[in-house]
Amino acid sequence: MAEGIKDKVAIIGMGCTKFGELWEKSYQDLLVEAVQEALEDAGIEKKDIQQAYLGTVFDEAFAGKSSLPLSETLKLPFIPVTRVENYCATGSEALRWAVYAVASGACDIALAVGVEKLKDIGFGGLPDFSFLLGTKNRVLQPNITAPGMFAQLAASYFTKYKINAERGKRALGLISAKSHHNATLNPRAHLRKEIDVGQACSAPMVAWPLGLYDCCGVSDGAACAIVCRADRAKEFRPDPVYIKSCQVAATSGEEKGFTRYDSTYIEPAHRAALAAYREAGISDPRKQISMLEVHDCFSVTELVTYEDLMISPRGRAVYDVEEGFFNLDGKMPCQPSGGLKCFGHPIGASGLRMGYEMYKQLQGKSELPQRQLKDPRIGLTHNVGGFPAYCVCSITIYGRDPG
Amino acid sequence: MVGITSYGVYIPRYRLKRKTIFDRMSWFNSATAGLARGEKAVANYDEDSLTMSVAASLDCLGDLGREQIDGIYLASVSMPYANRQNAAIAATALDLSPGIRTMDFQSSLKAGTSALLAAADAVRAGARKSVLASAADCRKAKIGGSQEMILGDGAASFLLGRDGVIAELLDSHTVSYDFTDLRRGSGDQFDQGWEDRWVRDQGHLKIIPEAVAGLLEKNGWRIGDFARVVIPCHAAATAQAVAGKIGAARDQLQAGLFESVGDTGSAYPLMMLAAALDQANPGDKILVAGFGGGCDVICFRVTGDIADLRRDKVGQCLANREEMDSYMKFLAFRELLPLDLGIRGEITANTSISLVWRDRREIYALCGSRCRSCGTPQFPYQEVCVNPECGAVGQMDFYRFSDRPGKVVSFTGDYLAFSLNPPAIYGFVDFEGGGRFFFDFTDCRLEDVKVGMPVKMTFRRRYADAARAIVGYGWKAQPL
Repeated sequence: MAEGIKDKVAIIGMGCTKFGELWEKSYQDLLVEAVQEALEDAGIEKKDIQQAYLGTVFDEAFAGKSSLPLSETLKLPFIPVTRVENYCATGSEALRWAVYAVASGACDIALAVGVEKLKDIGFGGLPDFSFLLGTKNRVLQPNITAPGMFAQLAASYFTKYKINAERGKRALGLISAKSHHNATLNPRAHLRKEIDVGQACSAPMVAWPLGLYDCCGVSDGAACAIVCRADRAKEFRPDPVYIKSCQVAATSGEEKGFTRYDSTYIEPAHRAALAAYREAGISDPRKQISMLEVHDCFSVTELVTYEDLMISPRGRAVYDVEEGFFNLDGKMPCQPSGGLKCFGHPIGASGLRMGYEMYKQLQGKSELPQRQLKDPRIGLTHNVGGFPAYCVCSITIYGRDPG
Repeated sequence: MVGITSYGVYIPRYRLKRKTIFDRMSWFNSATAGLARGEKAVANYDEDSLTMSVAASLDCLGDLGREQIDGIYLASVSMPYANRQNAAIAATALDLSPGIRTMDFQSSLKAGTSALLAAADAVRAGARKSVLASAADCRKAKIGGSQEMILGDGAASFLLGRDGVIAELLDSHTVSYDFTDLRRGSGDQFDQGWEDRWVRDQGHLKIIPEAVAGLLEKNGWRIGDFARVVIPCHAAATAQAVAGKIGAARDQLQAGLFESVGDTGSAYPLMMLAAALDQANPGDKILVAGFGGGCDVICFRVTGDIADLRRDKVGQCLANREEMDSYMKFLAFRELLPLDLGIRGEITANTSISLVWRDRREIYALCGSRCRSCGTPQFPYQEVCVNPECGAVGQMDFYRFSDRPGKVVSFTGDYLAFSLNPPAIYGFVDFEGGGRFFFDFTDCRLEDVKVGMPVKMTFRRRYADAARAIVGYGWKAQPL
């Protein structure tokens, strides 16, 4: 009978580069920087790494396929290295496989690193999807963008829960403004400017009703984690962070092809949450979770995620937002790092970068003390790879203490 | 009895007032003042002759079983493909059986009437049972000239058969001449002409009457026998002059469509015929002339069965209109402007021809599958049933969605996605009876789209890869 991986694996070192439009850095620079910081943080050497997992998504825009970009860049000495990819869940997937490698007993110490270098494509935003969706989708699907597919949550959500357009747009603006504020306290973040709700509501439209400040931009960056068995973690440091759950849920295709799903939430996120809470032994998420880093590629994604994670009841997320429940000084701070919106979203790295924030917060080592949360115990990260009606979601739960 | 058993019309929604054109271009050519009346129908950026023909054909076929059609003849002087049978693409989009005859009729503005005659001939000879003859044109004109004023876009489709004839084809007469009123070489974009007065005097006023006389004499008919006479000259004065020449009274002339649609080329006489049928009474005789490379003249006699048909097709198409207030948009849609597509818009992935062939019923006819085990319709065709309570493997039959009404589940207006008519509006549609997918929405404005609103599916150009001569045809949702 499978037991799950709660408390079997711990993180003993992490690294994270600054995120941004890093014109002068190659993906190799970013990999080395993130891994070096993680090795120093863990107090180990490169030769101690026994397996490595590389997360990259739009590989055709920078590194190319396979694990070789990692093994070659770091000059890893002929160890098992694997590339993983699951759209925006990639970073968390790299961690999950490093965790499983250690938990299975296949190795003692494993490394997971995610990197994305998108600023060499020559235009803003993501690469053209017509090359990336597969040959059948290329002919069948509309010419979509990420903002366009996620924006559809908004029209359906506000219609179903009878929230008028102005109030809905305002709630989305509050979500972004909150993340902008948090990022002013984060030296590694890409965007570090305050905005107010008025600015968010009147910004140019990107994909109705999402405006400029509802959409995360494109950034370069890398983040890294080194893991080992939980019962050996204290050999490396006094304050390891324990993995409580690594869960992923991939759509069955129902949302896109069966008429049950109503476009007001994200089904795989909810399923992954159920599995993650079961694995981590969490029965009351709204009370037991200290802090969140969720996939705010778009403000409306964050809004429905509060409900997918069963923290806000269905249809009530707007109320929690308006009451500041998720603010830095609220009951459950969400995006203390600034989130994808402001820290940035180098796709392959994001899941691990969220882990980096949870890790530092749980250790009490937030880079700026103003951002340090008081006595956090459990942190949850969440990613959505794909778009609401067709996605794979990852949830990772981190804990300060074993048990 | 052989004749028309059904008909359909399609007029694009966008209408451009000729005064708008004149206001923009009179600085260059004020001589078009005399033409600056009324409006012309302008195909959307995602339409062409083929898509309009399919729309008119769907209007014509209604609920008729597609397997009953054993031929489709397409007529146009603006076909998207020079070598790839356009009628075969239309046949696939209409989900007709493969065991049919398909033909393209091109190269003259009487191609529409010629296609109709050929369809009727095939039925009369017993070689075919039920043949669709469809004409459509979407021609380009040079900026600032009279052609730009005159041309319009549109399509009409006619089903020829023996069963349930609403207008019997009594007889026809054709004269063929290389009368070069218009010419366009293969690969050229624009028609070239000759002096209007010569075209009228030596062409319309000589060749049409010759063909009419030939028909009347053969049968011992008189022009006074006809309730309606279709003379496809866009200039009312010319049509009246021809009427005078053949001895027809003004009130016998079928009203032209210049002021409301424009000259739709090979479709023009057929659209006028449709308008005549919309108002016709049982027993009426209708004379239709098609002019270009000679002249076809056809005589129809309306039967009692016409009362069973839903009519006012042309009127309804005319009423479904949206003002195109921008002349620049018209030029952009007809690809007459070197638009800055941006780096994002300039590159496009190749299309797998072998995949499109294998999945042609899904892509061109919007056929998915229905599970025999639980009855759930699903798109695209699935091997494993999408119903979470079913999951049956290999229990699917083809199931067509293109003629099913739908409802909007979710939508957005995307200003980031490349579109020739931004924002790109798209979202999920649930089909009546089951099934769901996501589509581009077309012929609508963002502010009018609402969750829950009804849509119908329409065959359009979803993308175009000009360098590879690939048009990505498919289906979009059209809010009602």
